[in-house]
This record gives sequence, C-alpha cells and structure tokens, in this order.
Amino acid sequence: MLRYLAKRFLLILPTIFVPLIMVFLLLRLAPGDPAGMMLGDQATADQLAALRAELGLDQPLPVQFLLWLKGIFTLDLGNSIFFREPVMEVIPRYAGVTILLTLVALTLAIVIGVVMGVISALNRNNPVDRGVVTSAVLGISLPEFWFALLLIFLFSVTLRWFPVSGWTPPSAGLIAFGASIFLPALALGIRQSALMTRMMRSSMLDVMDEPYITTARAQGLPERKVIGSYAMRTASIPVLTVAGLAAGYMLGGAVAIEIVFALPGLGRMLVEAVARRDYPLVEGGVLTISLVLAVLNLVIDLLYAVLDPRIRYQ
Amino acid sequence: MTAADTQAEAREAIRAPRAPSFLQRFVRNPTAVLSFALLVAFALMAIFAPLIAPGDPMRVNPVVRFTPPGAEYFFGTDNLGRDVFRIVVHGSRTTLLVGLVVTVISMGLATILGLLSGFYRAVDVILMRFVDGLMAFPGIVLATAAAGFLGPAISTVIISLTIVLISPSLRVVRGQVLVVREAQMIEAARATGVPTGRIFRRYILPAVMSPILVQASFIFSAAVLGEAALSFIGVGIGPTDISWGNALTEARNYISQAPWIVIFPGLALMLTILALNLLGDSLRDLLDPRLARRR
Repeated sequence: MLRYLAKRFLLILPTIFVPLIMVFLLLRLAPGDPAGMMLGDQATADQLAALRAELGLDQPLPVQFLLWLKGIFTLDLGNSIFFREPVMEVIPRYAGVTILLTLVALTLAIVIGVVMGVISALNRNNPVDRGVVTSAVLGISLPEFWFALLLIFLFSVTLRWFPVSGWTPPSAGLIAFGASIFLPALALGIRQSALMTRMMRSSMLDVMDEPYITTARAQGLPERKVIGSYAMRTASIPVLTVAGLAAGYMLGGAVAIEIVFALPGLGRMLVEAVARRDYPLVEGGVLTISLVLAVLNLVIDLLYAVLDPRIRYQ
Repeated sequence: MTAADTQAEAREAIRAPRAPSFLQRFVRNPTAVLSFALLVAFALMAIFAPLIAPGDPMRVNPVVRFTPPGAEYFFGTDNLGRDVFRIVVHGSRTTLLVGLVVTVISMGLATILGLLSGFYRAVDVILMRFVDGLMAFPGIVLATAAAGFLGPAISTVIISLTIVLISPSLRVVRGQVLVVREAQMIEAARATGVPTGRIFRRYILPAVMSPILVQASFIFSAAVLGEAALSFIGVGIGPTDISWGNALTEARNYISQAPWIVIFPGLALMLTILALNLLGDSLRDLLDPRLARRR
C-alpha cells in the first residue's frame, strides 16, 4: 500500500509543476515588461527597477527559474501587487470557497451519475433508458455558465427558492450554506454528471453480463443485493477513475461559475488578478489549484484502492 | 455474348457482397446526418451573416431596448437596443473561426508530436510527463492566465486554447501509434528497408486517421466552449468583438428583465456543441465498431 501511494505521489508531481512552468514561461516570454504592466504608466524608473529586482526579473532566465523554484518550495510567493501583502496570506481567504464548491459539485455529479447510470442500465433500451441517454447527451453539451444563468432565472428570479447570488459560509448555518451553494454546485457538476451517467451505464451493462452476477442470482440472492453490493461496486470503478479529471475540469469551470454567482473564490480572484496584472497572485492561484487537484487525485486513488482490492497489490 | 462477358458476369456473381463504404454508412446513420446538417447550417450562417442579418450588430438603438422577441426582432433586443438575432448570427463567425483554427492547429501539432512520441522512446518519456501535467490541470485556468499575459484578443484565445487542447489529442494519436507500430506490416516494411519517413506516411498515418477525425470533432466542441467561457469571463476576445460568450457577459445582468438576451446566444452555443459531440459520437461508432459496441 505504501509503495502504491509513493508511486501515485511521484506521478502527481508533473500535475503540479507543468502548469506552473507554463505560467512561469508565459509571464517571462510574453512581449512587454511585466514590471511596467503591473505598475502602469505612472511608474517612475526607480519604482520599475525596484519591482524588477523584487520579482527577480533583472536576472538571467535560468537564475530566475531557480529563484522561482526556491520560492515555491519555501512557500514564499512574494507579495501581491494589489493587496500589498504576501500571496500566501491572500490565497487562503479565497481557496476555501472554491474547494467547497468543487467538492459539493463533484459529490453531486457522482451521485447523479451513478444513480442515473444504474437506472438507465436496468431499463436497457426501454423509454426510461432512452430518456436518460438523451438527457446525458444534452447535459454534456451544456455550457455550464449558461446553465447557471438559466438556473438563476428559473429558481432564483422566478420561483425565488434560492438566493440570486452571494456566499454564505458553512459557519453561518448549514441551511443557509446549502441554499447558497446548491445552484452553483449543480451548474458546475451538470456536465460531469452527464459524462458519469454514460460511463456508469456502459460499465453497469458490462458488469451485469459477468458470470459472477449470474452465479449470485442463481444462488437466490435478492436482486437488490445483487445490484447494490455486487454489480454497483465494480461498475463504479471507471466512474471514480474519471473523478480526478472531473475535479480538474470543475476547478476550471469554477472560474465562470464563481463570477455568475458572485462567489469569493479562487477562480474569481484569478480573473481579477489577471485583469490587475497582479502576476505574483496569478502564480499563487495557479499553484494553489495545482495543489488542490493533486491532493484530490491522491484521495481518489486511495478510494480506488479501497473499492478494488487488486489495485493495492500491484 | 462473348466469352469475356460471361467470365465477367461469373466473377460478379461469385463476389461476396461488398461491405457498405464509409459514406454509405454515414448517410444511413440519422444522428450523423442530422448533426452534420446542423453544423453545415451554422457554417452557412457564419459565412453569409451579412446577408442573413444585414446591418451592424453593434448598432445601438436605445428607443427599442428590451423589446421582447417578435416579428420585427426575432430574438428581441438587448439593454442597448441591439438586435439579438443579429448578434447571434454575426457571433457565429468568431465562435466557428476560433473553433476551426484551434482544431486544425492543435490536431496538426498533436499528430506530428504523437507520431514522434509513439515511435521514439526518448521523445515519449519527456512529452508524456508534460502531457500528464497538462491533462489534469483545468485548461480554462491556464488559458485565463495566458490571456492575462498576452492581452485579450482572438489570437490570444487561439494560442491558449491550442496549448490546452493539444494534450488530449496527443495522447490519442500516441496510443494509436503504439498499437500500429507493432503490426506485422511495419515489421515487414522495415525488414525490406523502407525508409522511416515512408513508413510514417504510407503505413502509420493512414492507420491513425480515424481516431484523429473522431478526436477533431470533440476538440472542435471543446474549443467552441472554451472560447465562449473565456469571452464570458472577460479574458477572451476583445470587448468590441462579437461572440456568443461575449454576448452573455453583459446579458447576465438583465436576466430578470429580458431573459431572451441570455437564452438565444446560449442556445446557439449549446446547439453547436451538441452537433459537434453527436458528430464525434457517430463518427466513433462508424469508424471503430469495437468502441461502438461498448456504449
């Protein structure tokens, strides 16, 4: 198990570093002087030189890269230009919202995907199945920010069941928190739930043909048990494998969703930081999203090993 | 009747019924035909936009602001009195252009890199670690950061979406090359001294074409969605350009007064993505019967 974990951990390193290196290179190789862009037209030559020195932009590229690596390993990402405080103090204020939103959306997507996939597979080729398959195709093609706007129009503006926008932290009461996160999480999770429905359906159909299911039925086990504890467990594994990719996708989709619902999350922070050319904060945002994704993927790998004992001994 | 005629007839009679060609099967698949027709319709709309909805789509006419859909304005007007129908028709140009260019560039690069990666071990090790890193990471975040550094413009959107969308295609091409390179025909070609360049062109490229075609429609759909998302959050194309994503940015503030400003551009976007996804699905079914059975 430990070896398995260590291997997974090594595989996750590129997930953290490749996006960061891309951002590092983009910032340095893009035309124009980053210091000039950050400070604007009003900056004096002294101010520019000072900022360049602070960001290490006056050094040759390889030296910049080493300095930048050192910053990452010591979690010293410099100061946010806009907030005038360390990036590592700004980020935690936003990260929680995005992590919660992604977790709730991922849970919703998995639950919807598994339930709909099983219903569809058990009704193979009848109208229920066809209905689910068609909605799944539609769901995959839904732009989530547009779906979010439609949800707001229907449930917040017309029916007034949910607040139009804004964030209520869990500490302010679970009901208020649930009301503020449900629509954003649904909008964020809908495409992935459609993908998972398709995957669960086909995986369930495969599993139902396996000899051990026939054996279980022949032994007279109640159908509920055959499906609930035999078929669903094995059939869920492919769904879980894509959960890591889904989480990555959702962290990206969260940018637009946070803007639509005015949630103070990392995605919105990132877009604002980009607009303000607050590059240290942009790098910090990308690093945080990479780290969140890496941790989520590790957790999913663990769950994967729990569901399928064969994986533990590979 | 000559002997040659009789022989030809006999040959015709004993020939096994010919398998229907790809085109024949495509035409018999209603999903494929329908999605393709929808895409052609959108393409025609983009090409002939000035004829379908003449006039400047950005023209402001405050007198008629928030007019609901009707005979004069099919899709209604927005907060500045602009014709939503005109915006949707003209917006298709940006959306489809970005989608097409991103698909062509990223699939082209992915094919070249995938062929190299599948064939040369050293290239593979480096490229695949890179792809692993990019695959999981949310493309929109990377594209947002890139757009921030490069400034909002169509070229920025194309560059950042291309970077993001190369990885999944590269993986598909590479996987296929790894399978094909073990085929006996490759071994035979090598043994008889066929140069490597020719092996690529004659044997490997044709074998990886079908997955590339299938992947291209999914990449197109991802690019269309990506452009819309980037423009929607304000880091995509410039604010004076028209695209469906851009149209939704402002529209969201007026959803309670004039839902049609939100509904129509989004519907156009969704239909395009739907058509591309359905086309990809049916191409996969037609080109790879093994996968089709699994679904």
